[in-house]
Amino acid sequence: MSEATEPDDRGVQIDLISGERMRDLASMEKIRTILDSVHDGNIVVLEQGLTPDEESKLIEVTMSEINPDGFNGIEIESYPSSGTTEQGFIGRLMGKQEDTKLTVIGPADRIETLHKDENLISTLVRR
Amino acid sequence: MGLLTGLRDSISTVRNKLFADDSEPRRIGIYGPPNAGKTTLANRIARDWTGDAIGPESAIPHETRRARRKENVEIERNGKSVTIDVVDTPGVATKVDYEEFLDHDMEKEEAVRRSREATEGVAEAMHWLREDVDGVIYVLDSTNDPFTQVNTMLIGIIESRDLPVLILANKIDLEESNIQRIENAFPQHETIPSSALEGENMDEVYTKIAEYFG
Repeated sequence: MSEATEPDDRGVQIDLISGERMRDLASMEKIRTILDSVHDGNIVVLEQGLTPDEESKLIEVTMSEINPDGFNGIEIESYPSSGTTEQGFIGRLMGKQEDTKLTVIGPADRIETLHKDENLISTLVRR
Repeated sequence: MGLLTGLRDSISTVRNKLFADDSEPRRIGIYGPPNAGKTTLANRIARDWTGDAIGPESAIPHETRRARRKENVEIERNGKSVTIDVVDTPGVATKVDYEEFLDHDMEKEEAVRRSREATEGVAEAMHWLREDVDGVIYVLDSTNDPFTQVNTMLIGIIESRDLPVLILANKIDLEESNIQRIENAFPQHETIPSSALEGENMDEVYTKIAEYFG
């Protein structure tokens, strides 16, 4: 994802990833893109978020990469919420797309607080 | 999701529902964040209907680090009986820090081992959710804020798989319990209050289990 990912005392790198860039990737490529960046200590902002299935795999892969001496997981928030009440059989039959949801993901040990309300995600990131 | 993929998945879901073997017990996963009372509920159900427990309960997060299944739990309601397999799953989280276990009087080596097992358990729980459960009882601690990303994601995953889900507002025996907050968080689903520990409102829980998963 990013070239300038060496540990850096100057600040925290934020990767804003467009929906267009993610759209062409397979699920595991998306997850790898996110986690590689998070492993480098970066904050990832996805313009369009992940599908529920990809979120499930993200949690699973994150768990497999937790290491007591280093990486201890992720913080993630998104809005609007992933409620899928309209996304039943008919919705899928009609090819209805999931609502896009801005998603913020970062390393759990660097994100001090991550708060969400209806239309605001705020985070305090430690260097 | 494209039209063809969506159509294929939907046809597959309908086919599975139409041709499901009704003689097989449905596997009902008990899901939720750590320390919501999932194992206490699983034990309550198993003890009430089979006389056996499923696993140890504890106030320490991630006490359940492997999914455990209790087969053929027969629940009788209104003259009918429903047979389910109860699957107690590890609490789902997006982070596991071994240092949290040090607060529970553990040595570092034990805390690290526990955190490794906990991460494997969460991954296993996610795998069960995608592949192996037919319905979900989602357990929330009603004294905690339900508006968390883990809860939102998990409910979204459950909905995307068209699994029937019953939300339990657990720990209603505690003074700080707030059932309304959970109802507000997930208005698209029915919320049933319960105290698995004290056995409060379990009659309604069993009625709803029979209704949702029978």
